[in-house]
Amino acid sequence: MSVVAMKGSAAPAMADDVVLSVRNIESYYGPIMAIRGVSLEVRKGQIVSLLGANGAGKTTLMKTISGVMDPEKGQIIYGGNNIAGASPDKVVRAGIVHVPEGREVFPLLTVEENLRMGAFIRSDNAGIKRDEEMVFSYFPILAERRHQAAGTLSGGQQQMLAIGRGLMAQPKVMLLDEPSLGLSPLLVKEIFQIIRRLNREQGVTMMLVEQNAKVALEVADYGYVMELGRIVMADSAERLLQSKDVQEFYLGMQAEESQRGQKRWKQKKTWR
Amino acid sequence: MDVLQLLVSGLANGCVYGLVAMGFVLIYKATEAVNFAQGDFMMLGAFICLGLTNPQFMGLPFWVSVPVAIAIMGVFGYALDLVVLRRMSGQSQIAVIILTIALGFVLRFVAGLIWGHEPISLASPIAGKDIRLGGVVLGMDEIMVIGVTLAMTIALYFYFNRTKLGVAMQASSQNQLAAYYMGIPVKRIQSLIWALAGMVAAVAGILFASKGSIDPSIGLLGIKSFAAAVIGGFGSLPGALLGGVIVGLIEPFASRYIAAGYAQIMPYLLLFVILIFRPHGILAQVHQKKV
Repeated sequence: MSVVAMKGSAAPAMADDVVLSVRNIESYYGPIMAIRGVSLEVRKGQIVSLLGANGAGKTTLMKTISGVMDPEKGQIIYGGNNIAGASPDKVVRAGIVHVPEGREVFPLLTVEENLRMGAFIRSDNAGIKRDEEMVFSYFPILAERRHQAAGTLSGGQQQMLAIGRGLMAQPKVMLLDEPSLGLSPLLVKEIFQIIRRLNREQGVTMMLVEQNAKVALEVADYGYVMELGRIVMADSAERLLQSKDVQEFYLGMQAEESQRGQKRWKQKKTWR
Repeated sequence: MDVLQLLVSGLANGCVYGLVAMGFVLIYKATEAVNFAQGDFMMLGAFICLGLTNPQFMGLPFWVSVPVAIAIMGVFGYALDLVVLRRMSGQSQIAVIILTIALGFVLRFVAGLIWGHEPISLASPIAGKDIRLGGVVLGMDEIMVIGVTLAMTIALYFYFNRTKLGVAMQASSQNQLAAYYMGIPVKRIQSLIWALAGMVAAVAGILFASKGSIDPSIGLLGIKSFAAAVIGGFGSLPGALLGGVIVGLIEPFASRYIAAGYAQIMPYLLLFVILIFRPHGILAQVHQKKV
């Protein structure tokens, strides 16, 4: 039933380099089924983008992985264990950090205190200090503002702080939810360059939720497309960028035979 | 000279109000509910200390009873959150507020059953002692109340700004969801804040009891402290202390210079004025809370 296997890309059911494997997850918001049996895999050292329209279930899926929401069914395999339904602090300790949509900094704490709170689960003070310097090296503006209340930062700086705060937990996998939300195109470019650098230089595996599909696919190695709680496409980022459906519906490019106006999930049988 | 005595006794009363008000603020910041039993927590703390140390009850040494009473109130606060309030998460804040009002009645009743409804004095070694400064006579008890409150405030300041757990408490109250994302055990932190509120209330109660006799109805002083917390700026710890001191100072001066009957009204009159002209209180920390 694996969507990955179905697409026939070079992804067997469980390769050695898969760090995070989501299997047939179902999650509910009250009575509403927000995730309808999603399976996906994240490989070590990769950036995996999760695309889809508003309400497709991308954020819900991330919340389910990070333990803020509990799934009704399914497994989340990480480090050989099923972490589905584990509490958020256990998930963070295991090495998965969720950088939430809308920044969510601690507004009255200083930049430095925010970073220290990112390292709440750690007690190695020397390591925390070192990682703080590492974060400052990627985001020099945060070093300048380290004693300033986080609520007084600009949107872009708050996003940098949110990413930096997530890094402080020494994540192996980072779940980034809409890092481009509300930022100017120039800042989006800058943030994504840093995300790429963090992935390459610090070896942090990233799972990225984005509405800005072009940017997200350019930075990613692999991509999944979600619609109404299901994964409808899975492929390498390059191939997704070339795909007509993705081009038309997520990149705003005109396909040869336009199918606009039709319900998206009715277009192709395979999309189900 | 007269003025100095009024000042000191008003300040001492104000410190007790301020400590109870801090309890209100702690709980409000952590849970966004108001603990209307905070005054009764204070009463209970005072009676536990009295029960431990007074000769007609257990007769333990005073300096043993004080930390034990504070610790008991800490455990009480923690257990209350763990056993009762945590089950109510997801309910409206009104439910929590009504529960605390009911809890206040229960505590008053239980204290009356155990220690009686007649006023009793705490057998404190400093009761009735005076300090003479030139021609002024100042009560040792009042000086101690002021000193302990000052020390307590400084300790709380350092706790909240310099320790990891204290900063985490601030963080969870500012953005609970983000605290969850960072792996901060928010629920345990909330229980610890209830414990802290219980301990602060115990200190306030012991200080209050060392200034005069107590009975189970002193918890109703919590209403005045609530007014103090609002005057100072609900949500701000320094504001709570400031509000308490203002209310404490208004009372003796109003009864001295206006008329005794008006003194009781003055704090609420001030509350009125503050709510009209500065609705967030004097030292409010106003920031948009994300839903």
